[in-house]
Amino acid sequence: MASKSQSCSIWVGSETGILKGVSLSKQQAFNFCEMSCLSRDQEVCVLEWGDPLESEVLVGCANGTVKAFSTEKGIFTESKECGDATQGKFTGLAMMDGSLVTCAESGILKVWKEGCTDTIEINVGNGVCRMRQNPSRRSQVATGGKENPLKVERSISPVSNMVKNDWLDLRVPVWVRDIGFIPDSDKIVTCTGYHQMRVYDPSSPQRRPVLEAEFGEYPLTALSLPASQGTVVVGNTHGQLAVLDLRKGLVRGCLKGLAGGVRGLQCHPTLPLVASCGLDRFLRVHSLEDRSLLHKVYLKSRLNCVLLSSRNLELSGADLSGEVEEVKQEGEEDGETDEVWDAMETVTDKTNKRATEKAAEENAVKGPKKRRKVAKK
Amino acid sequence: MDVLRNTEAKKGAKTKKQKRMNECKDVEAETSVQADSVEEEAAFPPNFSVSEIKNKQRRHFMFMKLKQEKRKRKLELKKKRKKEREALGDKAPPKEVPKTIENQRIYDETTVNPEDEEVAFDEGTDEFSSYFNRLTNPKVLITTSDRPRGRTVRFCEQLSTAVPDSHVYYRRGLALKRVIPQCISRGFTFLIVINEDRKVPNGMVLCHLPNGPTAHFKVSSVRLRKEMKRRGKDPTEHSPEVILNNFTTRLGHSIGRMFAALFPHDPQFIGRQVATFHNQRDFIFFRFHRYIFKNEKKVGIQELGPRFTLKLRSLQKGTFDSKYGEYEWVHKRHEMDSSRRKFHL
Repeated sequence: MASKSQSCSIWVGSETGILKGVSLSKQQAFNFCEMSCLSRDQEVCVLEWGDPLESEVLVGCANGTVKAFSTEKGIFTESKECGDATQGKFTGLAMMDGSLVTCAESGILKVWKEGCTDTIEINVGNGVCRMRQNPSRRSQVATGGKENPLKVERSISPVSNMVKNDWLDLRVPVWVRDIGFIPDSDKIVTCTGYHQMRVYDPSSPQRRPVLEAEFGEYPLTALSLPASQGTVVVGNTHGQLAVLDLRKGLVRGCLKGLAGGVRGLQCHPTLPLVASCGLDRFLRVHSLEDRSLLHKVYLKSRLNCVLLSSRNLELSGADLSGEVEEVKQEGEEDGETDEVWDAMETVTDKTNKRATEKAAEENAVKGPKKRRKVAKK
Repeated sequence: MDVLRNTEAKKGAKTKKQKRMNECKDVEAETSVQADSVEEEAAFPPNFSVSEIKNKQRRHFMFMKLKQEKRKRKLELKKKRKKEREALGDKAPPKEVPKTIENQRIYDETTVNPEDEEVAFDEGTDEFSSYFNRLTNPKVLITTSDRPRGRTVRFCEQLSTAVPDSHVYYRRGLALKRVIPQCISRGFTFLIVINEDRKVPNGMVLCHLPNGPTAHFKVSSVRLRKEMKRRGKDPTEHSPEVILNNFTTRLGHSIGRMFAALFPHDPQFIGRQVATFHNQRDFIFFRFHRYIFKNEKKVGIQELGPRFTLKLRSLQKGTFDSKYGEYEWVHKRHEMDSSRRKFHL
C-alpha cells in the first residue's frame, strides 16, 4: 500500500467517495478507500495538499468530514468533523500556518487551529462555488459564487470586497465558478457560469475587471494557471478545454478529447502539462505545448477533483543532502517517466506530427513556386 | 474496308454478338489474330479498363460480361473449396469467420465487468436506485414540442399504449423548466418529449424526474401501426417484458437502466408482450412484439406497436437544463466518429 501511494503522482477524488491515485510511471491507478463500506455522502468534494512537502492529502467529503491521507504510509491518518451536510458541500480547503481553513457552500468560512477547539468563523455570503488560497501569499484566500461576487480575505480579519461593476448600466449577473491567483502579481483570474473569464487587479483603484473574455456558450467550471505566464486553461460543462491568452483574451487553442463536463483541472507547477477530470469518468493529461493528449486513464466513477504532485520538479533539482538511494530511485523514476512520455504513442500524436511535417514540407515546396510565379508576372 | 473492320475489332466493344461472329468468319487469316485477341478480352491491351470505352451501350455490355465472368470464377472457386473440404473430412481446417464491423470493434476500456465492485456500488446508489430497489413505480408523461402535426400526435398515442402508466399531454407552448417541477409534484418519474421537425418526429428528450439524468436522442425511422405489415392487434394493458441487448459500456449501462426504469418492475406474462431495445453500432432499435410459444422450441412473434430507432446525442447529469446543466456525455462528431470501428454505447 505504501509503495503504491508513494508512486502516485496524480490524486483524483470521485463521487463514490474513493480517493484514487494514478501512477503514470507504472501506468496504473489505485483505489484508496478506508473500508469496504462506501457511501455517497462521503463524496470527495475538494482535494488539497496538507503540507508543502506534499506528503499529506486533505480530502473534503460531502458529509462535512475532512480526512488526511498520508502518501508515504498509504492510509488515512485522521479525520475531522468540520461542519455537517446542512451547510452544503465543501468548496475549498486550505492550510494556513498550521491551521485548516474550510469553506462550505452556505458561505461559512471556518479556521480550525491545531489542538484548539475554537474556530474563527466568517460568513462570505450564500452560494459559494469556490474558495482558493494564494500559493505565493498563504494568508490570502479568495471566495466567489452564484450571485456572490469575488471577495479576497487577507489574514482572515479585514475583508475587501470586489464587486464587479457593470458598464452598460445593466445589472450583469455574477456567477464565479473558479478562481486562480496569477503568480508574481496581485491579479486574480476568475471564470464564470456565464462563459466569461475575468482578470481582477485588487491593487488598482477600479473595481472593474482588468480583462474580460468569453469562451463558448456553456458555463466554465474549472480554471488553472500553467507554469508559463500569460495563459490560462479553462474547462466548461460541455467538455471543451481551452487555453486562453491573458493579454488579449483570445483563445490560443483547444484541448480535445473530453466527452463530459470538466470538474477538475490542474496544471503542473513546472512542466507544460495539464490534468483534467470530469463526468465522463476519465482522467486525461494533455501537453500544453502541442495540445496533444498524453495519457488517458479510465477511473470507473465520476470524478470531482484532481491534484497534481510537483514531484518531477523535485527530481530535476535533486538535493544532495538526501539519501543516495532515494536520489537514485527518484532519478530512475524520472528516467522512467521520461521514457514513458517518449514511448507514449497515441495515434493522434503521430498523425499530428506527420501532418505538421507534411504541411511544413508542402509549404516549403509551395513557397518558392509561388515566388517564382510572382516574379514572372 | 478491312482497315475499318480492324479498327472496330480493336475497339473491342460489340453490341451484337452475331455481328462479331460474322466479322470473325468473314475476316481472313491476317486479321484472325486480332479477332482472337478481341475474343479474349482479358488478354487484350494491358491496362485496358472497361471504363475507357466511350460508347455507353458498349461499355455497359462489356461491364456486364466482366461481372458474369467474375461471378463464374467465384462459383468455381467455391465449388472447388467445398470439394476439398469434403475430401478432407475430419481433417478439414475450421471454417473461417468473416470479418464484420461488430467483430472488428475496438475494445472499449469502459466495458463493464460484471464482477466490478466499484461499478456495482455506483449503480446501486445512483439516481435509478429507488426504482431498482422497488421503492417507486414508474409514471411517464409524454409530450411533444409545440404545435405537433398528425404523425407526431399518433406516434405519441401509440407510444403511450406501449409504455404502461403513461399519459399524453398537449404541450401548449410551456417551457420545460416550468413543466418539470409540476411533474415532480404530481409524482411523475419520467418525462418524454418528442421533438418534431417538418411534421415528422425527429428527437426525443428522456428525463428522469426527481433529479435524474436527461438523455437527448435523435429519432429516425418511425413506423406507426398502420404502416406495419403482418401486425397483430393493438397492445393490451399488461406490462410488457423488457429486453435490453448489447449495452456493454458504462455509458451503455446508464442508458440501459434508464430504459428499464420506464417500465414497471414485474412484467405480466399473461399479456405475452415484450419491448426490445437493441443496441447495435450505437443505434438503439425499439420493437414491440407479442409472442406465443407453439411448442418448447418454437416461438411465433407478431409485431405490434410503433417501431423507431434512437441515437444518443447527449446525456446530462441533472434534469433538463440545456444552458447551465452539466453534461456527462456529449456526442462530438469530429472526435468520436473518426473511426468506423469505435462505438460508445
